Amino acid sequence: MNEKKYTYTISIYTENNLGLLNRISAIFLKRHINIESLTTSQSEIDNIFRFVVVVNIQENKIKRIIKQIEKQIEVIAAFFHTDQETIFLETALYKVKSKSLFDEKHIQKIIKESQANIVTVSPNYFVIEKTGWREETEKLYNSLEPYGLLQFVRSGRISVSKEAMNISNILGLNTDK
Amino acid sequence: MSKEIKISGAEAVIRCLLEEGVDLIYGYPGGAIMPIYDELYKFQDELTHILTRHEQGATHAAQGYSRVSGKVGVVTATSGPGATNLVTGIADAQIDSTPMVCITGQVASHLLGSDAFQETDIIGISTPVTKWNCQITKAADIPVVLAKAFYIAKSGRPGPVLVDITKDAQFELMEFKYSKCTFLRSYKPVPDFSINKIKNASELINKSKKPLIVWGQGVILGNAENEFKDFVEKTGIPAAWTILGLSALPTKHPLNVGMVGMHGNYGPNVLTNECDLLIAIGMRFDDRVTGNLNSYAKQAKIIHLEIDPAEINKNVDVDVAVLGNVKETLPLLTSFVKSNSHDSWINKFNSFYKIEYKKVIKNDIYPSKDGLTMGEVIKEINEASNGDAIIVTDVGQHQMVTCRYANFNKSKSNVTSGGLGTMGFALPAAIGAKMGAPKREVVAVIGDGGYQMTIQELGTIFQTGCAVKIVVLNNEFLGMVRQWQQMFFEKRYASTEMINPDFITIAKGYNIEAKKVDKRTDLKNSVQEMMKSSKPYFLEVRVEKEANVFPMIPSGASVSDIRLE
Repeated sequence: MNEKKYTYTISIYTENNLGLLNRISAIFLKRHINIESLTTSQSEIDNIFRFVVVVNIQENKIKRIIKQIEKQIEVIAAFFHTDQETIFLETALYKVKSKSLFDEKHIQKIIKESQANIVTVSPNYFVIEKTGWREETEKLYNSLEPYGLLQFVRSGRISVSKEAMNISNILGLNTDK
Repeated sequence: MSKEIKISGAEAVIRCLLEEGVDLIYGYPGGAIMPIYDELYKFQDELTHILTRHEQGATHAAQGYSRVSGKVGVVTATSGPGATNLVTGIADAQIDSTPMVCITGQVASHLLGSDAFQETDIIGISTPVTKWNCQITKAADIPVVLAKAFYIAKSGRPGPVLVDITKDAQFELMEFKYSKCTFLRSYKPVPDFSINKIKNASELINKSKKPLIVWGQGVILGNAENEFKDFVEKTGIPAAWTILGLSALPTKHPLNVGMVGMHGNYGPNVLTNECDLLIAIGMRFDDRVTGNLNSYAKQAKIIHLEIDPAEINKNVDVDVAVLGNVKETLPLLTSFVKSNSHDSWINKFNSFYKIEYKKVIKNDIYPSKDGLTMGEVIKEINEASNGDAIIVTDVGQHQMVTCRYANFNKSKSNVTSGGLGTMGFALPAAIGAKMGAPKREVVAVIGDGGYQMTIQELGTIFQTGCAVKIVVLNNEFLGMVRQWQQMFFEKRYASTEMINPDFITIAKGYNIEAKKVDKRTDLKNSVQEMMKSSKPYFLEVRVEKEANVFPMIPSGASVSDIRLE
């Protein structure tokens, strides 16, 4: 019964409805499944929203969960993909004391090598942005951490699938290619 | 177009209900829903409101009403505790797929989130147990949201919907225009069926030597009783029922082989693990039906006819899934299968029945011991009703005994709390059932424990004169838990013994005719007297204190390991 767990990226297309986030998260809560990350945004279609949820679970469970999600009235469709089936990224922000940028010459090298961007510089602090995979943002975190991070934050995963999800077809919308 | 006259949001609520054909609702007033109750007062000729004694009672009454009539049950309650008291009934309706629309009052929109008097986040609370819910803060949204609510509640796999309306939205004026909802682009109530899957299913059926049908409430919810009967009769396949499927096929139908599950019949449970084909129709492989899934029908091919795609392969992996409403799919399946009979296979069920009769049934309904049994009470009800009554049960031993032994000639006659197992369900549900089918006899069979969970609804019976027959099978125990304590906890009867009040005095306090039976010689006459009465009637039967319900599949065991003693 201890089947292997995989990381799945779930994409959920929905109507814009107050309370839907609650309804979707309740599906995971009821089954004692931890949500690794969750983002929601406008999708490629007007007034259709997209949730991207990352979970670590067994294959037989993900299939059942997708059906439970699709069962919700305002969910148009839900899909699940493995990491190999999607293009995904996360964004991290690192707030560092300005003083260390000038005192510790090594930091400039770290930023350059990690292909991170400096978003803003002020007399007291500067902010670095790094977009990429988890390992990349974590590597930068580990490199900067010894110099003192004032703040660190990482977004949830955003992803697009390699295969088409054809929401317009499901909705019967006429989309000109 | 003529200019619409402006009406209040509260009046709009009533007009929406009338547009949906609602003529009866259950509820309880309070501060945040007073504008709607004020309109109910004005519309009382068109819309009857039944004041229950607790909001939970209103939900179960609405469920009982819906289960016998097929219509949407409607409940109104105020904010805060009024709304939270609905939760048990909503959860019950959700798991038993009962269409219900609950309308709750809410504090005024400017007070939302301020912890105002009787404010509670009922949308948040009810989300996991509703098919859909929605909060309204503007009167103009009322018609659209309520139209959607009714459509969602009754379409596809039915379920409960909650609409929460702020008090200011009830007062606000709006131009009323109603059109019924028939489509939502994100919601497909009935999935398309595949003719190929139906053909695949028919091939499996035509090849099968030992097929078994297990049907559930989907047959009743789809109004597909006739289609189901045609299928059963053409194929000649023995058919067993889940507790919620009960009454879809008459008890005495020759191919009805009884109940599956924990306290079901011996034959269908054992032979589930011997059949070569299991045809599941409108049922969901609940754990009380399947026992241990690792040893459930592993030898059989499985066909699943089901309206809800989320039920396919949820608990049991199936070979052929036929999605859709069984009302549409069953006739097609029937047209593809050949006429058949399975006499020697059915004989197996008969021989298991003989064993069960000798070891269990005979002692239950024709006991030789002194104490009265629950089974003999049900036998007397059967005789007095000729199988034509609606039987409402609560939860526990009496429920299992009643469902095992009650006779049903007609569908929509068994009303019980199946999935949630809600004690306290029966008394209010019986009120709703009687109002949903006023010409039919309604008998509520209840244990002494569950009866006291909603005993206050005697007040509703008194006030409305609703002529339900109440039979309390009093063993002075929470019997099912006590049975488990006896079998699995070495008779440590922790908090299961009940010291009960004088139920006769209580019933009489509500002006309900009441009688107590503790001798076998009085039983038949008392049941007949109760059934003859045209008024509400309370009958207490003192049954054996420590009787057990058998057969039984111990939890975690396989269906074929069902115990007869």
